[in-house]
Amino acid sequence: MTSSRLETPPPDHNPSATSRIATPIENTSNSGDFKSAGVSNATEAETLALAQTGDHYAFAQLYSLHKRRIYSLCLRMVGNVAEAEDLTQEAFLQLHRKIATFRGDSAFSTWLHRLAINVVLMRLRRKGLSLISLDEAMEPAPEERPGRSFGAPDLNLTGSIDRLALERAIANLPAGYRLIFVLHDIEGYEHNEIATMLDCSIGNSKSQLHKARLKLRDALRTYPRQEARR
Amino acid sequence: MTDTNHKMNCEEFQSQLPELIGTGERISDHPHLQSCELCSAFVAELEAIAEAARQLFPIVEPPDELWEHIEMAIQKEQNSAGQSGRPM
Repeated sequence: MTSSRLETPPPDHNPSATSRIATPIENTSNSGDFKSAGVSNATEAETLALAQTGDHYAFAQLYSLHKRRIYSLCLRMVGNVAEAEDLTQEAFLQLHRKIATFRGDSAFSTWLHRLAINVVLMRLRRKGLSLISLDEAMEPAPEERPGRSFGAPDLNLTGSIDRLALERAIANLPAGYRLIFVLHDIEGYEHNEIATMLDCSIGNSKSQLHKARLKLRDALRTYPRQEARR
Repeated sequence: MTDTNHKMNCEEFQSQLPELIGTGERISDHPHLQSCELCSAFVAELEAIAEAARQLFPIVEPPDELWEHIEMAIQKEQNSAGQSGRPM
């Protein structure tokens, strides 16, 4: 990586770079899909190629294009704004270190997404969440386990689910449950992909996801009663 | 789906649910659910929760100052790499 110029203006406002690097179109869609930002593949490829040579303006453009998706991913996975900011910073630092190694075997956005997930996983491991032995490390205490008997259906749940209650319930999930729930149900990864990322069995991933959903259901069923007591 | 599935009770069905999730098959087509309203409602609840969660999280903007922090961290790394003679 060559030495680069760090006296750049913020990446969203970079007039000097527009002559050779296309100004990114802000991606405000909820999908977070790079292509939905309206940036052509040629522009992405050009910007990426420049960033790989150490061009700091190009790197700033990449940050501008991908910051929302990566920040949102981190926020979902850890459920904490300060930590999500820190992890986003670490993800882009890692990107800066490794961008020259990107060979285009997958889409850049996919590669960066995986890189960010790995950053989050490394952080969780350092905090003591063992992802190698998920069964033991992520298994809640017996009293925290979702009940085996599922009881009568709750019409409140099959109708409209309270957004705030669901947000709270997801935030309160044990870290391991939240991780797999976010990766599968929100980010759309398959169990085999999650198993590879987390170095666990596919069955384990399925089991954890099911337990996470049961836990959320339990939380949503008790939420109206908790609110009523306030 | 086999005929064995059709005869399973709710407890057995529930114990198989983790395996059924994410197989790509529609769980609602499972034979047990054709004859069990309770389990059908249970599965519908779980699916409703997953669907609601997918709609829950918008793509959000990080704070503006985050880029400044990243730039400073890159600069710091490059400075320390320069001092130690290591290429970045």
